[in-house]
Amino acid sequence: MSAVLNRRDFLSVTTATAGGLMVAFHVPGLAQGGAATPELNAWVQILPDESVVIRIARSEMGQGTLTGLAQLVAEELECDWAKVKTEYPTPGQNLARNRAWGSMSTGGSRGVRESHEYVRKGGALARALLIQAAANQWSVSVVECATASGWVTHAGKKLSYGSLAAEAAKLAAPADIQLKPPKDWKLAGRPMKRLDTKPKLDGSLVYGMDLQLPGMLNAAIKDCPVFGGKLKSFDASEVEKRPGVKKVVKVGDSAVAVVADTWWRAKTALDALPIVWDEGANITQNSADTAAMLKAGLDADTAAVGSSQGDVKGALAAAARKVEAVYSYPHQNHATMEVMNATAKWTPERCEVWTPTQNGEAALAAAAEASGLPPSACEVFKLHLGGGFGRRGAVHDWVRQAVVIAKELPGTPVKLIWSREEDMTHGRYHPVTQCKLTAGLDAAGKLTALHMRISGQSIVAGIFPQNIRDGKDPAVFQGLNAGGAEGALGYAVPHLLIDHAMRNPTVPPGFWRGVNLNQNAVYLECFVDEVAHAAKRDPLELRRELLAGSPKHLAVLNAVAAKAGWGKPRAKGRYLGLAQIMGFGSYVAACAEVSVNKKGELKIHRIVAATDPGHAVNPQQIAAQVEGSFVYGLSAALFGEITVKDGRVEQQNFNTYPVMKMEHMPAVETICMPSGGFWGGVGEPTIAVAAPAVLNAIFAATGKRVRDLPLSKHSLA
Amino acid sequence: MAELTVNGKRMQFEAEADTPLLWVLREQLSLTGTKYGCGVAQCGACTVHVDGAPVRSCVMPASALTEKQKVTTIEGLAPNASHPLQKAWDALDVPQCGFCQSGMLMAAAALLKAKPKPTDADIDAAMTNICRCGTYNRVRAAIHLAAGQVQRKQIPIVIEGGQA
Repeated sequence: MSAVLNRRDFLSVTTATAGGLMVAFHVPGLAQGGAATPELNAWVQILPDESVVIRIARSEMGQGTLTGLAQLVAEELECDWAKVKTEYPTPGQNLARNRAWGSMSTGGSRGVRESHEYVRKGGALARALLIQAAANQWSVSVVECATASGWVTHAGKKLSYGSLAAEAAKLAAPADIQLKPPKDWKLAGRPMKRLDTKPKLDGSLVYGMDLQLPGMLNAAIKDCPVFGGKLKSFDASEVEKRPGVKKVVKVGDSAVAVVADTWWRAKTALDALPIVWDEGANITQNSADTAAMLKAGLDADTAAVGSSQGDVKGALAAAARKVEAVYSYPHQNHATMEVMNATAKWTPERCEVWTPTQNGEAALAAAAEASGLPPSACEVFKLHLGGGFGRRGAVHDWVRQAVVIAKELPGTPVKLIWSREEDMTHGRYHPVTQCKLTAGLDAAGKLTALHMRISGQSIVAGIFPQNIRDGKDPAVFQGLNAGGAEGALGYAVPHLLIDHAMRNPTVPPGFWRGVNLNQNAVYLECFVDEVAHAAKRDPLELRRELLAGSPKHLAVLNAVAAKAGWGKPRAKGRYLGLAQIMGFGSYVAACAEVSVNKKGELKIHRIVAATDPGHAVNPQQIAAQVEGSFVYGLSAALFGEITVKDGRVEQQNFNTYPVMKMEHMPAVETICMPSGGFWGGVGEPTIAVAAPAVLNAIFAATGKRVRDLPLSKHSLA
Repeated sequence: MAELTVNGKRMQFEAEADTPLLWVLREQLSLTGTKYGCGVAQCGACTVHVDGAPVRSCVMPASALTEKQKVTTIEGLAPNASHPLQKAWDALDVPQCGFCQSGMLMAAAALLKAKPKPTDADIDAAMTNICRCGTYNRVRAAIHLAAGQVQRKQIPIVIEGGQA
């Protein structure tokens, strides 16, 4: 029976690695038992069979970072790409080795752009050792040796990396090393196939939810449905005698979990468990109250200033014409396909956690705190993520819960899986904001002044409040900054003021793929369209004028306009909309082509999208990220809204929180146009242009300006 | 003790009558390729075949099936991932996080069985699975590729290299 075989295979894997360093099920490279050859450095280990094990510190959650980082190491190493396998070092190892792998945080589209230099050095230094080992053997100078595809060569002689690795590992690494200029890349920069596809095609990849350990139990949990509420009491006797139920556990001061032999039994017992909540003061909270609070912030006297130049007040007073609009952007759930889960095993001496996480080190910290043990007595084994999108990065609430539950059953591994309903109602939500924009035009229709007042929630205040200075969260101005990699405003406006009135509702915020660039791009790019319309100017021409001093912003805009056929004749009833923004280090633009029929039904036919990420490590994966960005961004624009009634989230599952499906998906044409000289991220920036490009196209088609999302709340008829 | 025929093998399990097929597969039979995504037949991550037809196993009580009915999961779709869809998925690097892909593949396999040359409208109607990473366009292209409606070189996705 295949099920039994699977289980035996699994047990053999766990046995082989018990007490060992690497436990990463179905991550290539694991079963080879690399202890036979010492590593060349933290990043590279070469086995006698010529396998090249490249260690990846950042997490793979679909975004392709695993493959991209491996390409960068392999580029410098000059190994045979077909022999490359990858594995995750554990957070515990990183701690024990003085953070040899640097940050494990995987968010903010930083995977490649913040670690490209040291991972390439890892590959280059390993190559230098292999050359030195060969040169020593041949008694020749290293400068006379060359490398290619896993071989060191010299005057007709050659030695394989696998045969040199053991000797190379004994040598001292050079103090520093020159990296290849990107123009000389042979492997990086090419549209390589992902390294992790095959186990995703036959069900063999073990996600966190799929983990099975010997003697493992399963847990289902309910946290107080009202944010900030507490658990008052529960009647365990009602469910303790149900088949398979082992224990009912209070988790912290706000949650209760049922532990059973199977998750289904745990979940159904939890559903039957009488629970009394102390719902607390937030029970009076509703989304309408939040909206009113934010609205008041739009005209508040005090606000933290993001960008300021000239005299906006004076320029607006002197303007020949003013344009004003108020926009809003709702709370949204990440809705990763794999719900939150973690498996924990606790003893008085040690705590181990297996979990999909975007930040293994933060998961380790959460495990240590919840376990009452020092971090050195804890370990986290990262598993591939069934989606991350920011939910699995900064806050590891589910890890804490799993450890607290496991503490009640010392020595027994317990797998905690949230229900979709728990996941939907206990997220860390996209921040809710509103924005009032006021523009001043001169008599010639030129934009002379712009005031953007953002009012609303700060993610940083909710998660890292220690980083708030004088009431200011600098991250809320993403894409609107005077400069910098995280999002520079491209438009030159003589009199400019962008400020933020922080208003934090009780709904906990989180980093949501695209972060603050999402709403800022809607506000900015839809409003620029409004200004163009008011000034009777072509939206592309107005943008070109305002971006004249920002050539990279302008280049992506021009690229999408040209490919989409802006200004050219097109099929009857088809209309275009533009958007551009800079964020996460990259320049992006989109042009959406839509039609709206007499019944008001929207059809998004096609989107042309351009990205300038500086250096493009894997263009086909960039295209995949751009395609995916429209699913995430348009899900938000069309459907995404979390609302609160009586202090609790109203949406429970995908039937009340709809997302994009195949039938809604436009064709996406990606233009990857790396201009060199900088490193930008690609997982997030394009999300931000999805909504404004479509909203602007809808305006072109219907004359209707939708200013609050999602679109599903509005009739286009 | 109840019995099911899964991927051509008789399998025995113990579960309450209301236990969904999904959880029997995952927890009793260790077939974890079939995923839990919503539990209410919305997302399709749990899609399996029962006698060749796509079924959302999260809402199908295992006790509603007899051992004569043939349940096929992603693990049993084809030996060594040799189904034309699995090959097309591989050729186009379709999965991102991959969590929804078992369900996508099972839904697509049932579609091709019913309609060997599906139109885009057929694909829209049959493929109602949710993907949050955003693989829809590559899923569509891979279905047409597997159906032989297009050649690989006609699909403008350039991918180099392969896996060892």
